[in-house]
Amino acid sequence: MDQKLRIELSKQGIVTTTLEELYNWGRKNSVWPMTFGLACCAIEMIATSMARYDLARFGAEVFRPSPRQADLIIVSGTVTKKMAPQVVRLYNQMAEPKYVIAMGACAISGGPFKQGYNVLKGIDRYIPVDVHIPGCPPRPEALIDAFMTLQKKIDAQTLTGEGRPRHLDPEAPSEFVVPRFGAHDLEPPNNPEVFRILNNIDSCAAGEVDAGGD
Amino acid sequence: MLEEIKLRLEAAIPGCRAEIIPNGSPSGQHSLLLDSAHAVEAATFLRDDRELRLDYCSNVTGVDWLATEHTHGYLEAVYHLYSMERKHGPVVVRLRTENRADSVHLPSLTPVWRSAEFQEREIFDLYGIIFDGHPDLRRILMWDEFEDHPMRRDYVEPNDYEYEPTPHDDVLAKAKQHAMGQSQSS
Repeated sequence: MDQKLRIELSKQGIVTTTLEELYNWGRKNSVWPMTFGLACCAIEMIATSMARYDLARFGAEVFRPSPRQADLIIVSGTVTKKMAPQVVRLYNQMAEPKYVIAMGACAISGGPFKQGYNVLKGIDRYIPVDVHIPGCPPRPEALIDAFMTLQKKIDAQTLTGEGRPRHLDPEAPSEFVVPRFGAHDLEPPNNPEVFRILNNIDSCAAGEVDAGGD
Repeated sequence: MLEEIKLRLEAAIPGCRAEIIPNGSPSGQHSLLLDSAHAVEAATFLRDDRELRLDYCSNVTGVDWLATEHTHGYLEAVYHLYSMERKHGPVVVRLRTENRADSVHLPSLTPVWRSAEFQEREIFDLYGIIFDGHPDLRRILMWDEFEDHPMRRDYVEPNDYEYEPTPHDDVLAKAKQHAMGQSQSS
């Protein structure tokens, strides 16, 4: 519907909406993160959900103990190569639509342990990350900001067309390859498919977020 | 002190030979090299002797010595011992393997000091020393299928390099090598 017409109608006391807006509004205000922490960042994540920072204001009240009931995984902390398959497996078990926040320097790139022998150089090697938070560890405000960024991203998704969420695209995968423990490294060492999908989605979604503006 | 321990050790256990490894640094923390054939007996003596009573093993770690013109290369396990009862320590005890390749067995001191269990497992994992007599010798940091020993000096990392904004020194060399590998494979 034309924006001007909508404003005109609302002045006359007629509220109009679309199914898409309702759907996105519902989704963005009831994101349920999974109880999942790996290292120091997890402490900040816990602080975010407690009284002082109160993540509940955003509808993320309950941290779910089961991946089946969660739609957001906050990868908070160092992902070691030994832990990586478990992280990917948990992500695969989550129901669509699902989102990933990579929290902290370790989760996004390996951080100070990047050159170590046992640390994964960023979880985005295996699963598509929606929001990266830099910092070591990031403060709760940073996580809240990432959360709001994710909400904007959800709000900008369309139900049809190129920018539609992955679960509405029969071509897009909802599960990603779980790496196996190899003799010298994880096999495969990364999943290039993830970057391809992510670029595709981001290029569509980013345009709309910019156009919507705030 | 260490000289005295060495003499008493050799007197108490027939055939046991200990060697004092001097430490030239300002800390002057000299250590005692035990021969691995009598290591468990010697450790038991250090723990139970009335004077010493080294009842607490605070730290166990590994060292990898590559072959040089002076040595043929060996792996080493280092134990730091304290006495809770007598309030003294540390006494540093070393064990050496014969070489770095095929003869990497050492006796486990876990039966003497229970606290050595996890750390001997770590040494087994990262250096590849096999501790005979250890109750539960499994990998602890790396996964079971992993074949290498990451803390050995000649460990070659897998080529999982990623972009660095300002590569330098070793990382720069690695970045160049990675770029070469990429161009060859594609």
